[in-house]
Amino acid sequence: MKFPDVLIPPPLKKPQKPGTNGTNGTNGGTPVDRAKEAPADLVGWLDERTGATSFLTGMLYRKVPKGTNWFYTLGSATLFAFVVQAVTGVFLAMYYDPSPTQAYGSVTHLTNDVFLGEFVRGMHKWGASVMIILIYLHMARTFVFGAYKYPRELNWVIGVVLLILTMVMGFTGYLLPFDQRSFWATVVGVNINGTGPFIGPYLSDFLRAGADFNAVTLSRFYAIHMLLIPGLLIALIGAHLYLVVKLGTTAPPWMHPKRNRAIAKEERV
Amino acid sequence: MRARRASTHLSLNLADAADKTNGQAGDGSQPKPHPPGYFEGESMSRRRALTVAGQAVGGIAGAIIVLPAVGFALAPIFEKPDELWESVGPPSRFTDKTYKPVVFTIVEGIGEAGKTTAFVRQGSAKYNENPNSYVAISTRCAHLGCPVNYVAAAQSFVCPCHGGVYDFQGKVIGGPPVRPLDRFQTRVEKGEVQIGPRYSVTSQLQPVRARDPGEFTGGVWNYIYPPRPDTAPAP
Repeated sequence: MKFPDVLIPPPLKKPQKPGTNGTNGTNGGTPVDRAKEAPADLVGWLDERTGATSFLTGMLYRKVPKGTNWFYTLGSATLFAFVVQAVTGVFLAMYYDPSPTQAYGSVTHLTNDVFLGEFVRGMHKWGASVMIILIYLHMARTFVFGAYKYPRELNWVIGVVLLILTMVMGFTGYLLPFDQRSFWATVVGVNINGTGPFIGPYLSDFLRAGADFNAVTLSRFYAIHMLLIPGLLIALIGAHLYLVVKLGTTAPPWMHPKRNRAIAKEERV
Repeated sequence: MRARRASTHLSLNLADAADKTNGQAGDGSQPKPHPPGYFEGESMSRRRALTVAGQAVGGIAGAIIVLPAVGFALAPIFEKPDELWESVGPPSRFTDKTYKPVVFTIVEGIGEAGKTTAFVRQGSAKYNENPNSYVAISTRCAHLGCPVNYVAAAQSFVCPCHGGVYDFQGKVIGGPPVRPLDRFQTRVEKGEVQIGPRYSVTSQLQPVRARDPGEFTGGVWNYIYPPRPDTAPAP
């Protein structure tokens, strides 16, 4: 379990232990044997310096309660939907131009002319709906199974914030194609924000960067959609997963211990 | 519990180790200072002073980055707009019997998205208006901002989104809108009717500073939905 010896420059080599007589610190064997050990050596080298193996083992091989079933995969499915959105979003950003005069043209170009562009855009567009649906199913599972109860309340709260952030993603992303539908839907959405008392008018000014839809509104929505909210989402998903690993998952509510006569008697007391 | 007590001991030991002048523990001639870790005449231990100083420097450095960024994002809320006036034709083009649609720019530099439509007519004696003035009704629905259309046969404005209906003066006669249609300031200059900044009206058609759609006007509503500094003052 060592870094391949040939790759280490001589000055950095570990000095020989006194009394050993190996030529270059290896235990001998043919070069083929040593080459076969190289991957294990590389993993060992990394693990010795990061402790990653114990972390990953603890996370991936943690114990799950009896009765764990397919409903418990909805959270992972949501995470996968998020990853799909992130990856397709990065590639869409390579062709998209967030300026009011160019945005619509760049989206039609990306959809109609770019190789597989329609497919990638379709993944991003429909994936957004899939992600929202999965979040609600995941939330329903948590609620119905009572998995939000002590000590997992904080994870429920983080999950609600994640739901809201995902909806902000949907709201800001809807404007980006910049066709008639997305423009007017955003006008209506911003005005709904504005109906909040006292701070509502200023909130819609913040979203539009002014009293009217203007030259920087689109780039503002774009920055919120691809920089601000994804950063928050990734950070909070990390916290969400940390708490899942730390607290473990719950058993389904029907997996309670069998009540025999002795337990019933104990409960009466 | 055990771990917690151990850590308390540890910090006390460290504090004692930092105590150079009064640490005469052992010979019993002088009492140990309380709390430990303080030099003679000091009201704060060095450890504490350095912690506070470090946190203060970190806080200032953070504020230097965060405050300008937040101000940068919020600045447009407080920016005063330029007043745009655009000519829409000679006075002879408009009558007091019906509205004529005019298209003009309210936001510069974004092409078609910066244009809007208004319906313009001459002031009518029937509504106690000066016949030399012009009324420009915004097509932005007072419900949520969809574009309304003037239906000449019914002498009313109709919104396609949620069924808002306004009468000839722009007052609500049906549907969800919360106030009459907005208007634009008008003036006649060099023989041309010009259209200027937007303003909103109360249900009695009193002008107020422009509000966004969905926000009530008049009375206490003017405070619940406060005027915004990036709009033009009411005429």
